[in-house]
Amino acid sequence: MSCCSGDMAASAVMSQMSDEAKEYAFSGFGKTMPNGAKIFVVSSPSIHCGGCISILEKELSALAGVVSVRVNLTLKRVKIELVDQNIALYPIVEKMKSLGFDAVPIDLVDDHDTLGQSQNSKLLRALAVAGFGAMNIMLLSVSTWSGAEGSAKTLFHLISALIAIPTVLYSGQVFFQSAFKVMRHGHLNMDVPISLAVLLALSMSIFEALTHGDVVYFDASVSLLFFLLIGRYLDQMMRDRARNAVSTLARQSVKGASQVMDNGQVTYLPIDEVQIGMILRILPGEKIPVDGIVFKGASDLDASLVTGESLPISIMIDTPVLAGTLNLSGVVDIKVSKAANQSFLAEITKMLDAAENGRGAYVRIADRMAQIYAPAVHLLALAGFVFWMFYTGGDWRVSIYIAISILIITCPCALGLAVPVVHVIGAGRLFDQGILMKDGAALERLSEVDHVVFDKTGTLTSDQLAISHVDMTDAKQAALLKALALHSSHPVSRAIAQHFKNDANIEIDAVREVPGCGVEAKYEGRLMRLGSSSWVGEISSHPHRKGPYPGTCFAIEGHMPIGLIVKAEMRVDALTTLEGLARLGLPVEILSGDNKRTVKAFARAIGVESFIGEAKPQDKIDRINFLSADGAKVLMVGDGINDAPSLAAGHASMAPALASDVGRSAADFVFTRNNLSAILFAMKIAKKSNRLIRQNFALALLYNMIAVPMAFSGIVTPLIAAIAMSASSIIVILNSMRLAKFGQKPSALAINTKVIEVLA
Amino acid sequence: MNVLIFLIPIALGLGVLGLVAFLWSLKSGQYEDLDGAAARILEDDVDELER
Repeated sequence: MSCCSGDMAASAVMSQMSDEAKEYAFSGFGKTMPNGAKIFVVSSPSIHCGGCISILEKELSALAGVVSVRVNLTLKRVKIELVDQNIALYPIVEKMKSLGFDAVPIDLVDDHDTLGQSQNSKLLRALAVAGFGAMNIMLLSVSTWSGAEGSAKTLFHLISALIAIPTVLYSGQVFFQSAFKVMRHGHLNMDVPISLAVLLALSMSIFEALTHGDVVYFDASVSLLFFLLIGRYLDQMMRDRARNAVSTLARQSVKGASQVMDNGQVTYLPIDEVQIGMILRILPGEKIPVDGIVFKGASDLDASLVTGESLPISIMIDTPVLAGTLNLSGVVDIKVSKAANQSFLAEITKMLDAAENGRGAYVRIADRMAQIYAPAVHLLALAGFVFWMFYTGGDWRVSIYIAISILIITCPCALGLAVPVVHVIGAGRLFDQGILMKDGAALERLSEVDHVVFDKTGTLTSDQLAISHVDMTDAKQAALLKALALHSSHPVSRAIAQHFKNDANIEIDAVREVPGCGVEAKYEGRLMRLGSSSWVGEISSHPHRKGPYPGTCFAIEGHMPIGLIVKAEMRVDALTTLEGLARLGLPVEILSGDNKRTVKAFARAIGVESFIGEAKPQDKIDRINFLSADGAKVLMVGDGINDAPSLAAGHASMAPALASDVGRSAADFVFTRNNLSAILFAMKIAKKSNRLIRQNFALALLYNMIAVPMAFSGIVTPLIAAIAMSASSIIVILNSMRLAKFGQKPSALAINTKVIEVLA
Repeated sequence: MNVLIFLIPIALGLGVLGLVAFLWSLKSGQYEDLDGAAARILEDDVDELER
């Protein structure tokens, strides 16, 4: 009912709109290059094979004004170069749609990718340089370890220095910058000991090399950078992929509105220029752009994404309407009552920001580790220095040497990989099941969840309506009802058409859809109506009765009206998911904006004892904050605009792919397949990865417990340092790999090889 | 030991060559669409055939 019908109706409306208005929807998309050409990027998730590439490239190149077309199969995007900026964009999008591809223009201005992409290749370049440096220095180190003596040894050391200095200065920037930034604010993170160890080891080794010293740590400092950069790169790659996937889901938001002028003419104007008191025309299938009051006409509104009401509401003159609701059946003119920046949606955004600030307190596991680890390492190195100064009676060279080897050996090489490797594999597993993850911290938070709060409409229920009860005994009447329902695209009509399985080969004529009321037609000269009970009551023999059916009625002229109970259908796997959550021992709650009676009946039906109906967005946040204050870690699952603030307030949150834009961007996880069991799967993966991360930290600490005393006592040679560091990293990676095998899916193999490719 | 004068530059030179080749391929966008490259190899290039 929410988005599918919207898109269908929207495309119908598109064809009625003027070219100017159609083009307006794409204003702001596309980027003009310095040479005057324009680059337009469209995301199309339905591109999936080589055939798609050749069709799209061939057909789109044939359009007027198109210079080149390049399909990117990995990102599922099409990049189109246009002759100049005056070429209209909507024919391209329409062409793609007519070829059977979906097409969502990507806003290149606030596209994170341009930034993410450059960050990504910067890291990759640093990684490549560090890899080159590490391998060549290792080559020279192996020769010194295997017995190079005298001048040859000094030569090797000097060459190593020549490779190491530029490598560290270039590849280490990521860490130096980050370390510098936190130190300026008086904090410590993992990057501080990393930078310190690398730079100290480098300068110490240069000094040794120049003074014909015995041992140098060039290999340790460069391979340290190399391993840590792998971790950074994996982390970055994962965030990029998630962001890409999410931005593909984002649909166009309302950018303009049709204003009805005093002389009856309609003009299109940007949403920012809409002012209080203006009259706006809303066609069926359009979203209401701003809050207002109906001025002319009548229709039905789908408010499920805004307020959580599952059934469409009828609107007529003087009914207030909220921004973001979808106009279903008739053309209405609304009088703007609030400017765009004061509308319901804007209020929600404010609440959302407030809720997000409240959650900012969460500290990632790695950072929590760093807060203890970094000072400990520094103190240890200092202690080593002081101890050896006393022990040797002031031999500063030996003492500094010991301090540096402590720093190098404790440097969190394995710690740097412990988290990102697990997160990347976890994200891959989730992605295979159609679950998109925003970032790694979300996985950590999800694993701690001990309370689940659901929204009802669109989350526990699907977006389909169903007929739950109808007093229909007469097959002939049923056939007539179905025939009538088939003539309307209203969600309730579609549910009726689906409910009656018998065929409806009955000729009815004079079909007329009355917006806000229902649909009527004539059969054998007699009028029949389907719609709101008061409207249907007008033609029935019996006066309209308020009885048990306040909603939809059907009547044939002169007959008794028949009531229908319509409700939103439960998602197919809602019950099994709730059972699964119960088995995990998690209490479940429903917070819905729908009316109390519906919520109560629904909660009873699925066996949830705790529920709140008619909850406003603020009520939902309050409830979640109340639970959190009690120490509960709440997972919020919801889809609507009204859920967005509570999604941000929850400890972790999930939204279905069909959710409102603001809801989807507020959620940590988005499940794209229409199944709630994604929640169980995501929690399973989150728990497992959390366990693996802790194991990885334990492994890294175990290694430190062996290595630190060795470094302290001064028996760590560069050879031991190199072996110990690599070995601990490999063990951590192998341990993380177990997540890919966890639960045994054939696809796990693919991710395994992917990670190995990256690491190789 | 004299052999080192040749061997070390050669070893480093090969390493640098590999690094430069990688950086060049990265810059020229060869890693941007790995799946697409695999699919494109199966397509008949229309321009080539007409020529």
